[in-house]
Amino acid sequence: MISFNRILTIVRRYILIHFKSPARLLDLFFWPVMELFVWGFFTVYLKNSNLDSTGRLVVTLINALVFWDILYRSQQALSLAFMEELWTRNVLNLLISPLRTREWVLGAYLYGMIKTGIIVLILLVLASVLYAFHISSLGFSFIPLAFNLLLFGYAMGLFTTGLLLRWGHAAEALIWGVPFLIQPFSAIFYPVSVYPAWLKPIVLALPSTHVMEAMRHVIDTGQFPWPSFWIALGLNVLFTLFFSWFCLRMLERGRSNGQLVRMSG
Amino acid sequence: MPLTDDVIVVEGLTKRYKTVTALDGFSMRVRKGEIYGLLGPNGAGKTTALHVLMGVLTPTAGRVTVFGHSPFDDRETLAPRVNFSSAYVQMPFNLSARQNLDIFARLYGLPDRTNKIESLLAAFKLTAMAKSKTGSLSSGEQTRLNLCKALLNDPDLLFLDEPTASLDPDIADLVRRTLHDFQKRKGLTIVYTSHNMAEVETLCDRVLFLHRGKAITEGTPKEVADRFKKDSLEKVFIHLARTGDVMDAETSR
Ligand SMILES: Nc1ncnc2c1ncn2[C@@H]1O[C@H](COP(=O)(O)OP(=O)(O)OP(=O)(O)O)[C@@H](O)[C@H]1O
Ligand SMILES: [Mg+2]
Repeated sequence: MISFNRILTIVRRYILIHFKSPARLLDLFFWPVMELFVWGFFTVYLKNSNLDSTGRLVVTLINALVFWDILYRSQQALSLAFMEELWTRNVLNLLISPLRTREWVLGAYLYGMIKTGIIVLILLVLASVLYAFHISSLGFSFIPLAFNLLLFGYAMGLFTTGLLLRWGHAAEALIWGVPFLIQPFSAIFYPVSVYPAWLKPIVLALPSTHVMEAMRHVIDTGQFPWPSFWIALGLNVLFTLFFSWFCLRMLERGRSNGQLVRMSG
Repeated sequence: MPLTDDVIVVEGLTKRYKTVTALDGFSMRVRKGEIYGLLGPNGAGKTTALHVLMGVLTPTAGRVTVFGHSPFDDRETLAPRVNFSSAYVQMPFNLSARQNLDIFARLYGLPDRTNKIESLLAAFKLTAMAKSKTGSLSSGEQTRLNLCKALLNDPDLLFLDEPTASLDPDIADLVRRTLHDFQKRKGLTIVYTSHNMAEVETLCDRVLFLHRGKAITEGTPKEVADRFKKDSLEKVFIHLARTGDVMDAETSR
């Protein structure tokens, strides 16, 4: 049994915490918007220098950028929420309340989805205004692709949260590091064909790779590649199961070696 | 359900870390409606014992029941009936005192949040600070806010880890009277740690001395003082803290 009220309370709480803090708001908007400027002007350059006469590169790059942000943000949703509790020494209060672990996780996910949604919206609007980027370039394909990225981001979030449970503040830097560990191998800004053969098994084991390939496929052909979607979904299920197990193990470990209460205050 | 009035039963509780034994075969029983003081020098294992009783730290060995339930397996049954406050635990800094309480009131599923919150804020003289950010409250005010949180769900059992640390004498007195009042009116059971022996004498129905994770002596404050032929718990404390090692050797013989 899970309580929907408690999940919504957690969402409400993180929204309150977030929107009352200028630093956190800046974190929400500053980086993605700056990134958009860099890539946007880069595509302008490509267009002007006739390197991208069809405009395909522009569309691909900006979509890649938005997708990368979805992955990055959803990965952080859970671990940043947990950090918030560590920073404010509030973990113990939550642990002894009726709130259950899975309710907290679902609340953090929902909150992460809201945050990611706001950023994506801002990026898309800005890109269409500044760079004449067509939001409709992916059409409805956007939703299943973004959904898979969200799932993979959440799975990685479980992994980083597990690391935090194990190493506490010492693992803080990993919150920002883990996404960059997979970025080079997810075929985000270039196709899978650029990787050497020995690296391909790793590249193809990441759900994000299949999403990015699918994105380019839609742009080039207008067709949605269902096999890629299913492969990404299947891999996501595996990653989620494995990292959930890891995270729960770390929680139990923290309960027995005292790390959990020591972090709380 | 247990046949006795005992709210808490602890038997042979041991918590061993890599190099430290924090609790060493420690047993205690807490009766319904009493204020039970856990006393002992720094590092004696008081906080550790509370954490095990709250189900957030798994023991190495021993048996623990709270209201006849395991704090580890029956969290769902126990969480609504139990609460906790400590001078070392805090709440999100950038929310106001009232907002933080509101969030916890929602987590505990309270029907009438506003009245409950306002009456607790008033009881601990925090109404004027209710809109201030939690992070800007003085440490004594934060301590009282934590106590408000701890009483939100009208718990049957309250764990308090040094709840009066950092309170001025006037406010500490207010807190003691408020806790006493709750205990009388609602039959609340309180397990509580403190280093203020005068406070313990006035507040606690029974006390237990811990030393290096072992229970050394237990009884009403008066019984304990009489047992060691001292006229105050403070003197018993100093005596036990200094001779505790000898006592250990004697009890283990
Ligand atoms: N996570 C941990 N890992 C290793 N040792 C620990 C851990 N937590 C507590 N200890 C040790 O266990 C012992 C008991 O600590 P505890 O916090 O229960 O003492 P206490 O009675 O609450 O003391 P104080 O009066 O200072 O609050 C101490 O020696 C402490 O160093
Ligand atoms: Mg302590």
